[in-house]
Amino acid sequence: MKPQPGGGRDGKGSRSLFARLLPHPLLTLTVIVVWMMLLNGFSRGGLLLGLALGIVVPQLTTAFWPQRPRVRRPLKIAEYVLVVLRDILVANVKVAYIVLFRSNSQLRPHFIVIPLEIYSPEAITVLAGTITMTPGTLSADLSADGRSLLVHCLDTGDRDGEVAGIKQSYEARLKEIFE
Amino acid sequence: MDFLIELLISTLIVVGGIFGLVGSFGLAKLPDLMTRLHAPTKATTLGVGAVLIASMAHVLWDEGRLSLHELLITLFLFLTAPITANFIAKLYLHTEPNLAAKLPSATTEYGWANFDPPPRSGDDEPDSLTGPRRGD
Repeated sequence: MKPQPGGGRDGKGSRSLFARLLPHPLLTLTVIVVWMMLLNGFSRGGLLLGLALGIVVPQLTTAFWPQRPRVRRPLKIAEYVLVVLRDILVANVKVAYIVLFRSNSQLRPHFIVIPLEIYSPEAITVLAGTITMTPGTLSADLSADGRSLLVHCLDTGDRDGEVAGIKQSYEARLKEIFE
Repeated sequence: MDFLIELLISTLIVVGGIFGLVGSFGLAKLPDLMTRLHAPTKATTLGVGAVLIASMAHVLWDEGRLSLHELLITLFLFLTAPITANFIAKLYLHTEPNLAAKLPSATTEYGWANFDPPPRSGDDEPDSLTGPRRGD
């Protein structure tokens, strides 16, 4: 990952005022939005407190963020969320059907391996989470060098097809968003 | 109109209840730990989702305001469910005897993180998870 301006701890004096005040703009935004949602209503005092939290929390936790996630194409996130929501809907019905109408002996559970093309830890985390939430798949482990993902399938006859499907619908999109 | 909204809300609640029940039933019925994990991580998501949508619709119709707590619950659910499932899966990998030999091997020379140590830093590797840290 390439260093970003104002991202690292290098050269304290050279950082701009903006970078010192908001070391992690994305986290600031998240904190404010979550705070406003927690309040469940808009008030100017609430927004002010949220703003204060949004500035203080990233500053206190900045040591825990050695690398900031980079989001290249924020608009693609909406598309990704929609795709995942639709798949979760399908997954629920599919798994419910398997649970109710298939006997255990008819199940074909398998471990499959997904070779990864994405490098950023955030992208891999999102991919693993997505796999767990979607049709009949569950991420179980990451290889020691972070280059492949171990996934458990509830019921599959076509292991290569399963891998190709995940790579095409999720990994390709995450690659566009994060890298 | 009142009737239609109420019908919609009650349908959502009943659907939510059914999916919650199926998820719990699957937990009891499926044969081993890994397959059992599938039922509660998925079937219950839609169950909780349907109840939350019903809650939002009720507040919107009854009190005329938009409630956002439900969206937050969904967010927290999506953050915690995969992580919990992953922890349980890791525990399974550790406790099941002789499982390491039965797993398919990773695409590179390194094994699965549960059993094998990560590559030492300094190996000629690009920027993977264990890549060089900035600022040190």
